[in-house]
Amino acid sequence: MSMDAVFKALADPTRRRLLDRLHARNGQTLSELCEHADMTRQAVTKHLAILEEANLVVMQKNGRERLHYLNPIPIGEIAERWIGKFERGRLRALSDLKKNLERDDR
Amino acid sequence: MSEKFVYITYIRTTPEKLWDALTKPEFTRAYWCETWQESTWEAGSPWRIMIPDGRVADSGEVLEIDRPRRLVLSWRNEFTEMKTEGYSRATFDLEPVGESVKLTVTHEMERDGSKFIAAVSNGWPHILASLKSLLETGTALPETARWPAEDHRVSSQ
Repeated sequence: MSMDAVFKALADPTRRRLLDRLHARNGQTLSELCEHADMTRQAVTKHLAILEEANLVVMQKNGRERLHYLNPIPIGEIAERWIGKFERGRLRALSDLKKNLERDDR
Repeated sequence: MSEKFVYITYIRTTPEKLWDALTKPEFTRAYWCETWQESTWEAGSPWRIMIPDGRVADSGEVLEIDRPRRLVLSWRNEFTEMKTEGYSRATFDLEPVGESVKLTVTHEMERDGSKFIAAVSNGWPHILASLKSLLETGTALPETARWPAEDHRVSSQ
């Protein structure tokens, strides 16, 4: 799974809004996602396809309905790879600072 | 109405190794907060997750099993008030894709506003990230290394 696809999918405010709406209520049909969306059904379909390609949205059939689910896993992978790593560095710097200051106390 | 979550992760491994990692105690203890599962892994056999202190965390039944492709479990929480919500259903689908395995975890309950599904939906992403790390790098993530796991986001070491 390409992280480029995830970053690209997340780079668009409309697609982030679609993810927010699935976060608020998981398992929605295309029609439900089109409600209050300020764009055509065709445009929503296109955005959903990009989100699906990035593995951020999963489509599952439930009888005749096709429901869309939010898959947060790729966002977790980005957090681990691109945020956790740098935050760990910052925490290590703080802990080194603490050690140095305590050494000065002696 | 029902509550349902679908998680998909791609892990560089084989379906057999992933199956073992999902079901065998020596693996689950490493990435799933020191818990392990007990079952004879046949359709209809009981199944449960054990906590290190000896309590049963969750229990249910193996509804469907087809190693290393598909596992379906009925799943009820046992050690909190969420037990009263009854049984949920967890499905694990494993599908080889190139050099990886696509793992789909579906967890659902025929109950609107289920607290249990909300709780597991917070837990799964951490467990699955740790499982992926274990299989791909040999090391699970520190945040799921220990029980209890109420606070998954351990921010300092």
